Amino acid sequence: MSAASAALPRAAMVRSFSHTLTIYAKETKYEFLKLLRLPTYSVSIILFPGMFYVLFGLLLNRGKEADGVSVAAYLMATYGTFGVMGASLFAFGVGVAGERGLGWLQVKRATPMPPFAYFIAKTLVCMAFSFIIVSLLLVLGISFGGVHLAVAQVARLVATLVVGGSAFCAMGLAIGYFAGPTSAPAVVNLTYLPLSFGSGLWIPVDMLPSFLQRLAPFLPPYHLGRLALGAVGAGGGSPFEHWEALMGFALICLGIARIGFQRDEGKSYG
Amino acid sequence: METLDAILNRPARCPAGAPVARLAGVSKNFGAVRALSNVDLSVHGGEVVAVLGPNGAGKTTAVKLLLGLSSPSAGSVSVFGADPRAPLNRLRTGAMLQVGRVPETLQVQELIDLFSSYYMKPLPMRETLAAAGLEGLEKRRFGVLSGGQKQRVLFALAICGDPDLLFLDEPTVGLDVEARRILWDEIRRLVGRGKTVLLTTHYLQEADALADRIVVINQGTIIAEGTPAEIKARTAGRQIRCVTRLPIATVCSLPGVMEVRSDRGAFVINATVAEPVLRELFRRDPEVSEIEVTSAGLEEAFLALTQDNEAKEVRS
Repeated sequence: MSAASAALPRAAMVRSFSHTLTIYAKETKYEFLKLLRLPTYSVSIILFPGMFYVLFGLLLNRGKEADGVSVAAYLMATYGTFGVMGASLFAFGVGVAGERGLGWLQVKRATPMPPFAYFIAKTLVCMAFSFIIVSLLLVLGISFGGVHLAVAQVARLVATLVVGGSAFCAMGLAIGYFAGPTSAPAVVNLTYLPLSFGSGLWIPVDMLPSFLQRLAPFLPPYHLGRLALGAVGAGGGSPFEHWEALMGFALICLGIARIGFQRDEGKSYG
Repeated sequence: METLDAILNRPARCPAGAPVARLAGVSKNFGAVRALSNVDLSVHGGEVVAVLGPNGAGKTTAVKLLLGLSSPSAGSVSVFGADPRAPLNRLRTGAMLQVGRVPETLQVQELIDLFSSYYMKPLPMRETLAAAGLEGLEKRRFGVLSGGQKQRVLFALAICGDPDLLFLDEPTVGLDVEARRILWDEIRRLVGRGKTVLLTTHYLQEADALADRIVVINQGTIIAEGTPAEIKARTAGRQIRCVTRLPIATVCSLPGVMEVRSDRGAFVINATVAEPVLRELFRRDPEVSEIEVTSAGLEEAFLALTQDNEAKEVRS
């Protein structure tokens, strides 16, 4: 760095804080527009949880209860979990694999873009889509499913899913660094769907076969599901162990992604 | 087209001071494959250097090393006297790389706005659009553009930050003749403003038209380096076409003749210098007719250089 500064005595080359902030804001804005205009992403990740919820939560199980709350409230929490997980896995898993594998990430890395801007922007965009998904389920459940939630419960559900869902950004990042641009969608689907089912996001855990019930606590989405259920008044127990499990999982994924990143540097370093 | 004289008399931009970008004794291996082998390459301020070579010669590898996207297996890389990855360097550098896919749902102006934001003193949007010939296309999404238009957007992203040093990896691939000329003019304009350009190409005409210095690279090694005129002079100098009764073996034996082939009843002679060959031709066959003398294009020079290199390798 000292050599670079010596070669460049221009003080004007130091970016101000507001300039850096502008870059992060633009990166986030265009990442959001990019995905919003991509129907294979935006329509499917918003519509699928909504459709499933209408079918299983509002039409088929009217008036039933699960875990002390109505099925409409229970499935709002678990399909919300399913939704935010999909938003993160597809944006990161498929997005990073494609941009990394087909050279776009290199074009960006050759610019003075702050390296973290790319990842932070993607995470914020996932959170924005998570917010949209959870809001849609809330509107559906409250308007048509007779779900009654206090304002604080609504806020807790939204915050839990939007923040907790970002753990799956880390998982998507790990997939994005190991999968190729063409295999990434398959890899994401093959992990996303079985994980969702096994974690009791489609059918309450109590109704799963007993071996799956024993397996569920080892699956990360199960823990986000429990946190979301806690927000709507179902389940019980302390949320801390679930947050711990999610954070541990996210850190492991970031570690795996880092290995992929370094491997990638060595190879595509060229 | 520029005449040979114009090329020879082109004012030489004298490389002054320390190089702006430099590969020193650089080798780069990908597993067992050696992409670059002991390459020395310098780019000085204000010059256009063309790295010329066939596909797979190592051109892109060289550019990625200079951009700090890749680290050398041996040797050193410096840009503005520092590590190419230094953030300060990136602020002064623009790059056009070959890329498989660009986010297709973003508009031209959105991509430019984003990339401009990375730099300290970007060009105004209007100037960038004009320089890349993208006026009227700013609201189009990248995905609906033609191949040539996409290429121009990548050029726009390289220049939007008004960088001092520009790397262009095969900038005119997929452009039609008209678009290629426009891009050439733009590159010349940038150099006129004091910018330094390193471009790679396998279009020989492009290197000839733009570069102050050409570095010919083949199979990871630099096989020739010099001004376009020097490169040509060092290889196939002149091409003589004529009709003569002399047998081909006699023509081959004339002084300075490197190669003769027969073509539709005439001979095509490649020679280092034309005049001695012509004198001998007239002396031995006064009836010699339909004489045409042309300067060998860079194309011939390039072929001769690369074939030479391959022949050497076969021998060794």
